[in-house]
Amino acid sequence: MNAALEIVGLSRRFGGLVATNDVSLRLERGARHALIGPNGAGKTTLINLLSGVLAPSAGRILLDGTDITALRPDARVHRGLVRTFQINQLFADLTPLTTVGLAVSRRLGLDRQFWRRLGSKGEIVDECVAILERFDLLGVMNERVGALPYGRQRLLEIALAIACGPRVLLLDEPAAGVPEGEREGILAGVAALPVEVSVLLIEHDMDLVFRFAQRISVLVNGSVLMQGSPAEVAADARVREVYLGEEVHG
Amino acid sequence: MSAAAPHAAARAALREVARWKPAEYAFWAATAASWFLLPGQHLLLNEIAIFALFALSLDLVLGFGGIVSLGHAAYFGFGGYAAGMLAQAGYTDPLLGLAAAALASAALGFVTSFLVLRGSDLTRIMVTLSVSLVLFELANRLTWLTGGADGLQGITIGPLLGRFDFDLAGHVAYAYSLVVLFVLFLAARRIVHSPFGWTVRAVRGNALRAAAIGLAVDLRLVGIYTMAALYAGIAGALLAQSTQFVSLDMLAFHRSADLLLMLVIGGVGYLYGGMIGALVFKAMQNWVADITPEYWQFWIGLLLVLLVVIGRERIFAGSLVLARRAFGRRG
Repeated sequence: MNAALEIVGLSRRFGGLVATNDVSLRLERGARHALIGPNGAGKTTLINLLSGVLAPSAGRILLDGTDITALRPDARVHRGLVRTFQINQLFADLTPLTTVGLAVSRRLGLDRQFWRRLGSKGEIVDECVAILERFDLLGVMNERVGALPYGRQRLLEIALAIACGPRVLLLDEPAAGVPEGEREGILAGVAALPVEVSVLLIEHDMDLVFRFAQRISVLVNGSVLMQGSPAEVAADARVREVYLGEEVHG
Repeated sequence: MSAAAPHAAARAALREVARWKPAEYAFWAATAASWFLLPGQHLLLNEIAIFALFALSLDLVLGFGGIVSLGHAAYFGFGGYAAGMLAQAGYTDPLLGLAAAALASAALGFVTSFLVLRGSDLTRIMVTLSVSLVLFELANRLTWLTGGADGLQGITIGPLLGRFDFDLAGHVAYAYSLVVLFVLFLAARRIVHSPFGWTVRAVRGNALRAAAIGLAVDLRLVGIYTMAALYAGIAGALLAQSTQFVSLDMLAFHRSADLLLMLVIGGVGYLYGGMIGALVFKAMQNWVADITPEYWQFWIGLLLVLLVVIGRERIFAGSLVLARRAFGRRG
């Protein structure tokens, strides 16, 4: 059976700097896979390569067995590969409801409709409500996104990705910068992801990583240092040295 | 909260965004009333209605698409010449002229939109400016086609709907322009509240994220730019038909610059800004020019400086904030 996402020998050079060095990775269906590594290990570069924002220097990306290496970012989304952003990339002037509404419209192929009103189709509204409810955003669905508390915006990041109907979801540090009081909401949001979605989580928050992941890959200087179960990774001496040892997690 | 309540609330919220606000009814009622109440001003009002349509077109590009254009006169003039040449060739029906101008300008907008897509804001300003300058020079050189600096001569426009002859006082012309403005406004209003309209806003808000939710960013901009060019072409045709004259001036840079001023005065992104701006700009131009013919541009300039320094909201003592709220501007 094909892996949900398979990365084969992926590399990316910026001049003399090798940001991603021959990375291979298999994401099984329904996986909860975490990618960890110290700052500058090339985690976000890898996400940018997978989502098509950057083109790789070498290597291939297979989504459910199909090579998508040459596809544009929007075409990858159509095939079910969706990402979130480490730094919020939202539509500040819209509301959570219209934000999710337009993503759902896009997924159902209604985004070129120019004569019907957004939300005139009941199924779109129903789905928006279900998604907003899952991420505890119903109470703020008519607020301006730019005025929402940071934690809510982080949740909307994930909700918006879910609205695109992902088969593979790339979560880029969902808990980054979230104040302590709002962290539980993010953890609940991540835990509430649909089981059929395969997730690759990039995260610094070790608490979240070990709560969430069934499998962990450790990225150091653009290369995969090791992969294994959380217990194996926690016990690995090299990992402790390069990562856990250096960066004491608060 | 019962299970049905959030659904009903969400449905109502989405309906509410697109709902007609009382101030909008008042705006259009006043506009219609002006035809009956100000018969002596129809020539000026006709011009205002045409510029309102032209400014509405720029608002689609700038307020919704986020593209700053300094060359929007290209599509205005192109539509004007298209309508004028058609009339010169003997096809004098005004609606036929409008349709031809719309098609011609939309085609030009579609082709040039691919140039505009390239690069960032500053590049886009330069590209839009260049397109209009190239078109201006072409119209200047191709004398056999455009009449060059003399303009298109000998245009006669037939009666509207085969019944209403264009009169010197502009009664028919103003009614004609108003109806066209209203119909195109209704269409624009529907489109900006459609899924397509929201995706255009999304692209303006954050192109990176728009692509990450699966939107083909370039196609959105091509779509809205082409639509705006169509609107500008129709505005140009209205001016050509109601003055029965087309000159290089329609393509001139100052047209694009004035247009941007109108939109800045009225505010972008809620469809009414361009129309209100056109009214303020033209009324000021007319009124100040009566008092000091040489210095009216000084007063327009002063208004703009005040708008920027003090802020539009504070100048109009909050009335515009209220108006915008009433017109349902978001964000």
